[in-house]
Amino acid sequence: MKEYAYFPGCSLEQIGLSYNQSSVETTKVLGVELKELEDWNCCGATTYFHVDELLAYTLCARNLAMAEKDSLDLVAPCSACYKNSYFTNKHLREDPDLADHINYALEEDDLSYSGQIEVKHLMEVFYCDVGLDEIRDKVKKPLEGLKVAPYYGCQILRPKKDDEDVEQAEFFEELMSAIGAEPVPYPLKLKCCGGSLLISNRIAALSMVRNLLQNAEDNNADVIATACPMCQVNLECYQPQVNQEFGTKFQVPVVYFTQLMGLALGIRGKKLGIGKEIVAATPLEPYTT
Amino acid sequence: MAEERFEPKIVAFLCNWCSYRAADLAGTARIKYQPNVRMIRVMCSGRVDPTFVLKALALGADGVMIAGCHPGECHYLEQNYKAMRRFSMLKHSLRALGLEEDRVRLQWASAAEGVQLAEAINEMVDQVRALGPLNWPGNWSEDGEVEAAIERLAEEHAEAMEVPA
Amino acid sequence: MTEKVGVYICHCGSNIAGVVDVEEVAKWAGENLEGVAVSREYKFMCSSLGQELIEDDIKNEGLTRVVVAACSPHLHERTFRRACANAGLNPYLCHMASIREQVSWVVEDNEVATEKAKAMIAGAVNRVQLHEELEPSLVPVNPNTLVVGGGIAGIQASLELADAGYPVYLVEREPSIGGHMAQFDKTFPTLDCAACILTPKMSDVGAHPNINLLSYSEVEEVSGYVGNFSVRIKKKAKYVDEELCTGCGICIEKCPKKVIDDVFEAGMGYRKSIYRPFPQAVPNIPVIDTVSCTYFETGKCKACEIFCPTEAIDFEQQDSYLDIDVGNIILATGYDLFDCKTIPQYGYGRLANVFTSLEFERMCNASGPTEGKIVLRDGVTEPESVAIIHCVGSRDENYNRYCSAICCMSSLKFGHLVVEKTDAEVFSCYIDMRTNQKGYEEFYERLLEEGMNFVRGKVAEVTDAFRLPGEEGKLIVQVEDTLLGIQRRIPVDMVILMAALEPRADAREVGLQFGIACSMEGWFTERHPKLDPVATMTDGIFIAGAAQGPKDIPAVVAQGAAAAARVQGMITKGTVEIEPVVATITEEMCSGCRICNTLCPFNAIEYLEDKEVSYINTALCKGCGTCVAACPAQAISGAHYSNEQIFAEIEGLLYDVISGNGAKAPQVEQEPVPA
Repeated sequence: MKEYAYFPGCSLEQIGLSYNQSSVETTKVLGVELKELEDWNCCGATTYFHVDELLAYTLCARNLAMAEKDSLDLVAPCSACYKNSYFTNKHLREDPDLADHINYALEEDDLSYSGQIEVKHLMEVFYCDVGLDEIRDKVKKPLEGLKVAPYYGCQILRPKKDDEDVEQAEFFEELMSAIGAEPVPYPLKLKCCGGSLLISNRIAALSMVRNLLQNAEDNNADVIATACPMCQVNLECYQPQVNQEFGTKFQVPVVYFTQLMGLALGIRGKKLGIGKEIVAATPLEPYTT
Repeated sequence: MAEERFEPKIVAFLCNWCSYRAADLAGTARIKYQPNVRMIRVMCSGRVDPTFVLKALALGADGVMIAGCHPGECHYLEQNYKAMRRFSMLKHSLRALGLEEDRVRLQWASAAEGVQLAEAINEMVDQVRALGPLNWPGNWSEDGEVEAAIERLAEEHAEAMEVPA
Repeated sequence: MTEKVGVYICHCGSNIAGVVDVEEVAKWAGENLEGVAVSREYKFMCSSLGQELIEDDIKNEGLTRVVVAACSPHLHERTFRRACANAGLNPYLCHMASIREQVSWVVEDNEVATEKAKAMIAGAVNRVQLHEELEPSLVPVNPNTLVVGGGIAGIQASLELADAGYPVYLVEREPSIGGHMAQFDKTFPTLDCAACILTPKMSDVGAHPNINLLSYSEVEEVSGYVGNFSVRIKKKAKYVDEELCTGCGICIEKCPKKVIDDVFEAGMGYRKSIYRPFPQAVPNIPVIDTVSCTYFETGKCKACEIFCPTEAIDFEQQDSYLDIDVGNIILATGYDLFDCKTIPQYGYGRLANVFTSLEFERMCNASGPTEGKIVLRDGVTEPESVAIIHCVGSRDENYNRYCSAICCMSSLKFGHLVVEKTDAEVFSCYIDMRTNQKGYEEFYERLLEEGMNFVRGKVAEVTDAFRLPGEEGKLIVQVEDTLLGIQRRIPVDMVILMAALEPRADAREVGLQFGIACSMEGWFTERHPKLDPVATMTDGIFIAGAAQGPKDIPAVVAQGAAAAARVQGMITKGTVEIEPVVATITEEMCSGCRICNTLCPFNAIEYLEDKEVSYINTALCKGCGTCVAACPAQAISGAHYSNEQIFAEIEGLLYDVISGNGAKAPQVEQEPVPA
């Protein structure tokens, strides 16, 4: 049994609820225990680091310090939560003065950060710690015939680690193959979804979403699989707006990779939050029962 | 009247191929640097016997610099790595003697790095100036203090070894 | 001290005298420094009058040591040593103090500068009195030369030497000489065909009575020193008897096994298991590749043996070794091409119609895999548009910082070939156009007129993710056009990556084998970047061609010829002087601990089993002094840089400190040498 400190993040409380459900369910089947941080706080999302760096680091350090208390590595399914936590951990290890400074603040909460634990994205836990062989062994209903566009997004591969191929990563494809699905070539798999640009420059952001949807459709994908609640929202919820703006007729379901894994592991669709989509996940129907 | 500024004396050992040429280049380019360093040419930084450094310090130098080609660019293929290893051993011994780290410095300077060598010299002179005179020979002058110091050393050592209650 | 030292202080016009009070220094040295018999200053010591001053004093005043305080010894040490020699004084009894580069040019305050000059002269005077007379030794030079690498650099060097009448061993790793140039189609900027100008030279090499061509061979071991190297060469088994083979090629025709040729055809074409890289190969003898050969795999086939009319096939052949003696060695080992897969965003290996520059060279070559037709990977479709991406792996901090020197011109050549052979539109995406040799700029202008499009900007990505009208089925080159200040998406059918030139993967090992240094990147280091570009720090070892750094064919040929000229000079002279600044071991003091043995990168120190002491071969010693510093018994002494001399110099440099601090001046202890 592998145990991790679980940091779901704000998105998974509301809009990404199904990501949370499916993460919890799949990890159970795979023998991974997620122990949710008792009093976790926001990671600062994409903006806070540009507003006040010191406070943003402190915010992330608090979560890290709580995980450290239990001596557990921290796992985040949300790419932004992962990136901010990972980056903070890396930066504070390299800058002990800053860490000292932040520890002074954490003292108020009886916490302290020392850089003892690692930060991992949930996909990394599946790919590296559980391993593809183990996953293959536990697959009950392989998703044969399902064409998946594996959408990495931008944050999951940042910052670059050692020899990691951040330009043409393949691990998402391998994971999808392991559960019997067919990953299609998806050249734009690492391109940005627009993030919070939708708020400040709607047309530019919609056109980025359009490109991603178009590229998936051009490659005959049945669904786009994502590993980030922000990407999921942009790609799925804004499809009607994209269609309206550009006169397109996209109907591409966008689901979490954990939902697909859950189905393959034999979990019922409902427990994985399937059925609540804005763009109906009809291609998944053969696998949900 | 302002107190006279302490001017340290530093001896530098420069390898013939890179760092001595860097000093030549600093000259040709008229890069001004502090005059406190007096240079000795050796064929390679690997020639620098740690006793040269000790001798210079014992004679009254306040600091010693060893300069050689960059790692991987030694004209004798790899002898500067040997200088590097010897230097870390030397530093270890000097620390044991109670010498400040900044009094000795290993500097890489290629034949094109006149500016870098001049900057390194300036930096080192400032550091040694801040440390003040080493005055090794003075401390070890022949009035019986040497013997006394050696005796004290043994006592201090014994004290340090005792575990506090 | 019994030495009579002459001290000469140079004004160097006003270069020194403008800052240092030379009269004061001369007077001070004469009055205060022990051993100084004469102390003078003069306007230009390096002038003939200045030199005469020294010569006269040696003769008339009986000077036994000379100190010249002037510029850096790198400039005029030879001059003053020669002056001493002229007057009958051993040149190594002269020493210089660099009071220009290290004093007058770098110190602002005149008074401080004068003091520093005094200290440096005190150091020199102290040191020079301990100098010893040294004589360079003379060794004969073997007239044979080893050339390693049979590309155009090695070919040129070999022919120059052979034509001058000297024997040459040319060692080539591949089955044929020719190197990269043999793979090319045209050469810039004149567009003459590479084969037309190269193959005559290749056959000259093959037929030359003075050249012993050892193809499919590698250097195994090198020992010895300038003038007298011993080299062991491994001749890889060709499985073909060179004496019997006539080069008819029937074996190749009959061989049933076809494999992709990754070397000569850059993966674009095929060869047989018994093969020669190309029809004009020199030597014309094929070799069997045991990895793919059916006989070596299964024990059956022998088609080549059955059909060979001269019974030249020999499956039992083994690697053999040849020991040769040579006087000089020229290394012309060439370059490797950057692996374009390292930059995944350019899609090489993933997107079919992304080609490397070498693949495109082969494609353009009339005897290449497509018979000179420019087509897409499917082998038939002619492209309607081609993008050439410059600086792939060069001028990029992520890969190599340096400029690969040839890519701008080859891309112009490619552009011309595309325009000439197809109707395609060509886009060249460059950072800067570098066309700085004879006729190059004119060629650039010609291509501008021929309608090649130049986009100034580094390409971000090559992708097949189409989006806009006209992009479907194309490769899209995403690039910032820095002249227009806009982002462009250029849809094309074919992309050519101008791959960087890189040092050979084994350059560092080869450098160690021959005792020469490599730069940080791995290019062989020349003795001087401007004034001695083909010699190395190891006497008798020369370098030529792209092994020293990226360069084009004219530069490579010039270097090949230059290296040959240097070697000829050595051979013609017949003997070589060996610098006496070397280390020697006093046998009586050596404990035989062998610590020094492993320290020497030139293998100059050997252990004499019978005497149980170490011994330094002075012909191999380069005088770095590392062993001198390491010897725990102080049994090794370094000529001209002995401990005593260096201690004396330190003492002199610190003369002003020592006088006031109670330090004991160092006593040079002469250890009695047991009889």
